Amino acid sequence: MSGTQTTVSHQDLMRLYEQMLLIRRTEERLRDENKAGNLPGAVHLYIGEEAIATGVCANLRATDMITSTHRGHGHYLAKGGDLNAMLAEIWAKSTGICKGMGGSMHVADFSKGILGANGIVGAGFAIATGAAYSAMLAGEGRIVVDFFGDGSSNQGTLMECLNIAALWQLPLVFVCENNTFSEFSPAKTVTAGVIADRARAFNIPTEVIDGNDVTAVWKAAKTAVERARSGGGPSFIEAHTYRIQGHLEAEDLFLGGQRYREPEEIESWKKKGPIEVTRKQLEAGGPAAVAQLQEIETRVMAKVDAAVRFAVESPPADPELAFSLMFDGRRP
Amino acid sequence: MAKKRMIQAINEALFEELERDPKVILFGEDVELAIMGDCRGLTERFGRNRIRNTPISEQSLTGMAVGAAAAGHRVILHLMFSNFIYTGMDAIGNQMAKMRLMSGGQAKLPITVIASYGGGGSNAAQHSDTAYPPLLNLGGINVLTPATPGDAKGLLKTAIRGNNPSFFMEAGGRGGEQGEVPDGEHLVPFGKATIARAGKDVTIVAIGSMLKPALQAAKELAAAGVDAEVIDPRTLVPFDDAAVLASLKKTGHLVICDEARERCSAASEIAAMVADRGFGLLKAPVKRVAVPNVCIPYAPNAEARVIPNAESIARTCRELTGRAAAA
Repeated sequence: MSGTQTTVSHQDLMRLYEQMLLIRRTEERLRDENKAGNLPGAVHLYIGEEAIATGVCANLRATDMITSTHRGHGHYLAKGGDLNAMLAEIWAKSTGICKGMGGSMHVADFSKGILGANGIVGAGFAIATGAAYSAMLAGEGRIVVDFFGDGSSNQGTLMECLNIAALWQLPLVFVCENNTFSEFSPAKTVTAGVIADRARAFNIPTEVIDGNDVTAVWKAAKTAVERARSGGGPSFIEAHTYRIQGHLEAEDLFLGGQRYREPEEIESWKKKGPIEVTRKQLEAGGPAAVAQLQEIETRVMAKVDAAVRFAVESPPADPELAFSLMFDGRRP
Repeated sequence: MAKKRMIQAINEALFEELERDPKVILFGEDVELAIMGDCRGLTERFGRNRIRNTPISEQSLTGMAVGAAAAGHRVILHLMFSNFIYTGMDAIGNQMAKMRLMSGGQAKLPITVIASYGGGGSNAAQHSDTAYPPLLNLGGINVLTPATPGDAKGLLKTAIRGNNPSFFMEAGGRGGEQGEVPDGEHLVPFGKATIARAGKDVTIVAIGSMLKPALQAAKELAAAGVDAEVIDPRTLVPFDDAAVLASLKKTGHLVICDEARERCSAASEIAAMVADRGFGLLKAPVKRVAVPNVCIPYAPNAEARVIPNAESIARTCRELTGRAAAA
């Protein structure tokens, strides 16, 4: 999507839809593979939140940087990360994007500005702030997006980094994915006030948007990204969404029959999911659009199937790397 | 070769590396005014983009160092006191030390963290720790403990040019001490100990701030007929096992001096290494001279009681070599 346009055309929306669907179908497969016991580690899924990564990253250049969360598959894919290499990583294979040393919670591709999913909630604040400081010094027009959740907004480093970003007018966009849950706790039980107000206190331009509306996300991100790129400093977007899956797959094992939300609530949000909503909009385009949606479905499923095959058939990770990769140039 | 003060040698290393590579940046609290002395003149020469005062936000500064390095800069983070390592520990332990392996070797993290350690100035418990022991356990962090101006300059320059996170530990209150600094380009490799004094009766491994009292102790011991060999490891990660074992082969006695608390100190790790790889060389138990497992107190007399000094080092050596009576 070009840098000067201000609206999302039908074909642009198709492309955004295809990106969202790739994330969705990939993660549905991960959900099923996890249930079948085929994955060595935990996965935290982004199902229902795809519009945010997709709408934001559609505004980014290959050289721009992002920091991500433990729920990071969507950010990685939307920023251009390779699907095969991500699944191989989750399957702990040598062909993984991190050679099997990081897993789901650490998928990263530094060559594409993906500075990593991160297992420490809120770790992205400071990494993104440092990267944005570096980008500002380099003066090459790169910007940084920090994706984080409502849960991490309660880490004190958010305050520190909002202060520094505003003070130094860094090319940084804070994107709070308010998915209604802080791990196993409803946001309202752990978070006071409006999260976006925390940024307003530093005079950072702020928008609160419907994070399930990919067009709204795209527009808000476009404004923020342009501001960052033109030297206008940081912005803060709070995008409201809903986490359809648990904090992590197999969370029932931890919950032991307890509940922190009602099944009806989940079902009602499934109908309001970004893919569901966008598909309805696109179907209104008539039979040609419906046919195109079917083509997209087929194409995406083929990609996911091929990527899973690639992951499963790849050789296992090389344990020796645990020693050779700790330091650049020597063993520990 | 010229005699220079420690603080001057560190300042020279910073100037030279900032001059050499425009990608080198330095940030931290009050670095513009060079409150700790080592950054004097840097802002005037390199400007406020590359030398930058930060808010008091240590938890974020360590993470920012990771982000700026990942984005392509060579970062020097000035943390002032080594106690603030604890404040900034999350990103040190969870990002800095791990990102390279976690990313399958993609992340290159040229980060040098400068922190001043040790007591003796009545700075009380929160500004007097020798806070490198937790760093030793992280795996992905180099730990440098220069004891002379020459090594300070050479190790700092090597750290800034390297691609791994390194903690450059300044012995607090020793900035005025003089020593020879080689002229011109001077780089000191990591993992190479030096023999500060050759001897045949007992090996004293003296870490950083402990070198001076250890050499003083060696002088006193010589008068008592004990010929001590003093080893300066210069870096704790990587550590020169071979140098200690080679010395031990001559002396059979080992005393390790460390200004960290004894439990899980660098001295403890060195003792474990020797128990494992040099047991047959030992004629007597390994002795650690370290801070007892207490906080550093404020009162000068209490502080003097807990921090190792020439007298406590010499006494330990005499007892170990069976020459206690000679004193």
